Order: sequence, then structure tokens, then C-alpha cells
Amino acid sequence: MSRAEFWQGNKAIAMGGIDAGCRFFGGYPITPSTEIAEVMAEELPRLGGKFIQMEDEIGGIAATIGASIAGSKAMTGTSGPGFSLKQELLGYGYIAEIPFICVDVQRGGPSTGLPTKVSQGDVMQARWGTHGDHATIAYAPSSVQECYDLTVKAFNMSERFRQPVLIMTDEVVGHMRERIVIPDPSTLELIDRKKPSCAPDRFIPYLADESDDIPPMAAFGDGYHWHVTGLTANDWGFPTNNAQDIDKKISRILRKVEGKRSEVVEYTAESFGDADILVVSYGCVARSALRAVRELRSQGIKVGHFRPITIWPFADAELKKLVVDSDIKHVIVPELNMGQMSLEIERAVGGKAETHSKTLLNGELFKPSQIMAFIKEVA
Amino acid sequence: MPKSFNVKINKVWCKGCGLCIGICPKKVLELDGQVKCEPVRVSDCIGCRQCENMCPDFAITVEESE
Amino acid sequence: MPRENVMKWLRSQFMPHIWCPGCGHGIIMHAMLRALTSLGRDPDKTVISSGIGCSSRLPGYIDTCTLHTAHGRSLAFATGVKMVNPELTVIDVMGDGDCSAIGGNHFIHACRRNIGICAIVMNNSIYGMTGGQASPTTPVGAIASTAPYGAVDPPFDICRLATGAGATLVARATIAQPQLCESLIKKGIQHDGFSVIEIMTHCHTQYGRKNKLGRPLDNFNYFKERSVMKAKADSMPPEELEGKYVIGELFHKADGEEYTKKYARVIEKAGR
Repeated sequence: MSRAEFWQGNKAIAMGGIDAGCRFFGGYPITPSTEIAEVMAEELPRLGGKFIQMEDEIGGIAATIGASIAGSKAMTGTSGPGFSLKQELLGYGYIAEIPFICVDVQRGGPSTGLPTKVSQGDVMQARWGTHGDHATIAYAPSSVQECYDLTVKAFNMSERFRQPVLIMTDEVVGHMRERIVIPDPSTLELIDRKKPSCAPDRFIPYLADESDDIPPMAAFGDGYHWHVTGLTANDWGFPTNNAQDIDKKISRILRKVEGKRSEVVEYTAESFGDADILVVSYGCVARSALRAVRELRSQGIKVGHFRPITIWPFADAELKKLVVDSDIKHVIVPELNMGQMSLEIERAVGGKAETHSKTLLNGELFKPSQIMAFIKEVA
Repeated sequence: MPKSFNVKINKVWCKGCGLCIGICPKKVLELDGQVKCEPVRVSDCIGCRQCENMCPDFAITVEESE
Repeated sequence: MPRENVMKWLRSQFMPHIWCPGCGHGIIMHAMLRALTSLGRDPDKTVISSGIGCSSRLPGYIDTCTLHTAHGRSLAFATGVKMVNPELTVIDVMGDGDCSAIGGNHFIHACRRNIGICAIVMNNSIYGMTGGQASPTTPVGAIASTAPYGAVDPPFDICRLATGAGATLVARATIAQPQLCESLIKKGIQHDGFSVIEIMTHCHTQYGRKNKLGRPLDNFNYFKERSVMKAKADSMPPEELEGKYVIGELFHKADGEEYTKKYARVIEKAGR
């Protein structure tokens, strides 16, 4: 039976994780994400799962990776400063191909910044924060319902692609309370990581299946001996300096996601067709933007809205097609940062429309009236 | 009849560090021309296995001979 | 001596290992494998984790579930592993930099939790792999590449640190006592709680050459001359113990409940 609840976004993320099969959470208290850890501390042991409050942010992600290697679906959560601290081990997750979820409830920065106030200042850090090249999958929920649904999806993607997946939410969505419909957990379609089927002595831990570029993953204790390392490794999982092996490894961990890009990328598009102005926004800003777009639509202004749900991979080709097909003249990008995604959007649009970056970083959310004003400037 | 021992050296793994030579109480071992450990006075070996346990390279096995 | 059994635990295709000729790390690895074999541990159910540096290369040579993590973070990774599967034998090998510098926080908290992990600290008083920089265990006055006029900072006593932080079994040996290393590691693995086995080892390449201990054997002699068994040390005045290494089992608290067992009671409580 599905049921209705009145939850905040952070709780929906925790409960979505649990319904997706998460049985381990390693974290550290940090505003405005702490409620995720608090819900996990209460709910996980009820299901035989494990919660641990680690000594710091790095410990939180490290324990989470260890838990995943031991076979558990695992999650960590944080906010800006903690997200910065976790970057090295996110990279570990990418190169060692360890599935887990990292939630970043974004707050104002840089540094300690604005612990209780919203921003979208970490979206580029999500893409490029750890050193080296890797594919990123990052979801930006803009409602409490999406916090739940996208966390379930994030676990599925993480388990499927065998890599970390990010939930890049923000203080507004994390703390906002809304009605949410929780599906009957038995109706959820869940993906579990592929396990090896060969005999342990035939196991080549990073030999990927040709069909999907993803190697099956054994859990420690399953009888398979393997070596996990943050060093660039060959198919056998051992460190290598061989140029061919390095190329093979890095190109595969990029390709395994980018090759399936169309199955990962998600967005919503509203009021296209006759639109000549487009607002592109994500996360909490999309709430104000949609309100503004709908209001101006009712006044006869031809404006549409595009919302990336996966900010990474970014729906660049999809956006460009919509802009070209609808002959959009202006693309307005309101963001709670100094325009981090606007350049990506400008690149995607490729000169087919003029991009207008609108920025706000005073800890407030755009009001619909402000976004309406941006639209009227170009209408 | 005192026991006699055989000291086997894995010359591929031995790096010739000389620890075994320095600690052997009976001076059984020396470095050979390739700077690898060589049991030269094996009849003096008392089977204490200090060399085996000390070898960082897992290159020494002391066995009781038949 | 279970030599054949020891060899069974090795990924012998990678031998000879990368460590310098005469490096103490090999002596410790050998002692650890003798401990594992004499306890009859199952490689399928054994996890060996490590951080970064020369010491961290150890798990790669062992045919079991091995986890080479990031610098200083191995205990936090191992904590996640042990929490999920408490049945596993978890051994964590660290260098002095892993343990007492970048990973110091994880170390004291693993001690505090008393989680069932055997931590083997391979303390050579230097950052070897990066070329001989001073570590938190470099003795005052010793020369290092980042302490060209002698180390200024006072060193940590890792065993006292571990005891103070709540580890329930704390012991020390040096590479001059390979059999003591073996027996203490054995106790550490058997211990139901967090155990810290500090093994004083040497880096004659990066530390020794600058500090009149350039040959492996110099270091063996150095440790042998300065090692004092706990029982004897207990009756010695502190000034006589200056510059000595007190070896043996230094602290043992038998009634401390292990962390995953404590958490099992949380699960029980939450389920009610």
C-alpha cells in the first residue's frame, strides 16, 4: 500500500535510501544535512542495518566505502564543507568502482559560509571536485517527493554502474516539508550490483563484462579474494604503470556511464513549442522559476521551462534540440551561485540563443517575482 | 646423534641484505658472488630458524634433514 | 614452522616485493603470516587493509581480501567492513604517518570504540616512500629531509596514545624479535576488541643513512640493544628507560565489550 506523509526533504532522502535497500550509513553531523543522519540512526538498526557516527567527514565516507566493499548498500551525507572534505574518497570510489551514495545538502560558501542558508555553490565541485577524470552521476531534486524517488534511483544507478552517485540537494529542499506519497516498497524496482558467478579461483575482479563495461563485484567474505586500491589498477586489480592498462581502465570507467548516457540523463521540459524564452533552473530554484513561468504564461508571454534532474550528466544535447526546435531566442539561467551551470548551458545551446546568467548568493532563494522580472527584461 | 639441518635459499627472492648472516649464531651463511645468501657451513646449523624468521624476503627455509 | 602454510597466503607472483633489501616491513609481514597460519584463519574470511606509503604495500602481497585505501584512512574503511560483517578477521596495517599524523583522528576513535580490528603499526619513524621526511615519531634531533637541522617536534608514543584512547590490547615489539612480533600479532588477532601492535622497524634507506644506521644490521643491533621486556621495565627507574623500547604486552583489558557486539544490542533495542 502506498501512503501519504508530510516530510522534509532530508527525511525523504533517508527513507528513500532505506527503501532502496541501504543498510549502512556513515556520517558526521553538519548543517543542513544532519537530519539524514538522525533518521538513519533511528531507522537502520530497526532493520538490522548499521549506523555509525564517525569522527569526521572523511571517516564517514571511508566507512561507507568499506561497508559497500563488505556487501552492503551504503550512504553518506553532508553539506558544503564536508563535501569538500569528502572529495578525495569520492575519487577513490570512482577509480576502485565502489557503489555508494553521497548526499550534499548545499549551503552557502566558500568555507563555513552560511550553514543555515541555501546555495547551489557545489554543482561544479560535484563534477570536478576530486582530482582526475571520471564520470559523474548527480541528481538535483526540487521537491520532497523527488528526494525520495531520486534517492531510490540513485541507489539503482550506483549499483548498476558500480560507482558513487551524488544527490545534490540544497538547504531549501532538504528542510522543506511537503506532502509526499511513499509507494509500497514491494513495488519498487531495485537494482543490485552484479555478483561474480565464476569459481573464486577464476575471478578477475576488474575484468568487465563486454556488454556493459562493468565488472561483477564480490563482497569481502564471499570467498573471492581480491585487492581494492586507489591506485590505477589492471583487470586483476593490482597497481599498474603500464600505459595500455591505464588507458584501458580510465577509458572504461568513463565509457561505462557515458556510453549509457541516454539511460541516465533526466530532465523536465514545460511549455515548449511556441516559446521564445526559456528559463533553465534546477533544485529549489526550479520551484520559483516554474511559478514565474506559469504566471507569465497566463499573461500571454511565450516562456518555457527546462529543468535538469541529473545535473550530471547534463542534458546538453537534449536542451540544444529543444532550443533549436522551438527557435528559442533567450535562455535565462537563475542560479544560487555565480553562474556555475550557465556556462555549461551556454555551451550546450551553442550560440542558437542568447544565455542570460542570473545569480544570487546572499543565502536567499529567488522569489518568483524576481524571475518574472528577468523574463520581462527580454520579453 | 645430533640433528642436522638443510638451509634452502630462494636466490630469486633474496636481496642480499645480510640480516641473516649477521644474526646467525653459528655463522652458517655468507654472501655469494652474486651478493645472495649462501649456506657455507650448513653442518654447523643448529636449526634455530632465526634466519628464516628474520628474512624480510621469505627467502630462507630451514628444514631438518633426513 | 608452518612454512608451506605461510607460502599459501602469499601472492607469490609479486615476489620479490618492492621493499628495499633488509627492510623491516618484510619481517613484519612474515610474522603476521605466521600468526595467521598458526591461528588457522581462513583467507576467505580475512581482510587486510592499509593506508598509503611503504607499509601500505603489504596487503597486495597477501592472497586474501585486501584493501589498499587512502593515506591515514584505513581504519575508517576497516570500521565499515567490520560493522557490516563482524565475522571477518580484520587486520589493519599502518605506517607511523598513517597512524599518528594524517590518520591520527581515525586511530584514536577506533581505540575509543574498541572495534574488533587488529591494528599493526609499522613504525619506522620516517616517511620512507616519499623520501625521508620527518614523521610524528621521528626522535627529536634526528635528521630527516624536512628536518635538516634535526627534528624539532617531540615524538608520539603510539602505545601510550592507544592506551589513553581506549584500545583494550596494546603491545610493542621490534623487528629484532620476530617471534615476539608473531606472538603479539597472534594475540592481537585473537583479541575481541581493538588491539594495537606497534612494531618498531627501520628505514635504513631514508632514515638510517642520515642517522648512522645505514645498514639493515645496524638497525637490528640498535633495536636489540634498546629493547626491554615489560616485566623488567616495570622495575626500572624512568631515567634508565630513556631511549629504550619497552616491549611485550603493555596493556590488556579483558572485559571491554567489542563495538560490533555493542551495536548488536542497539539493533536488539531498536527492534523492540
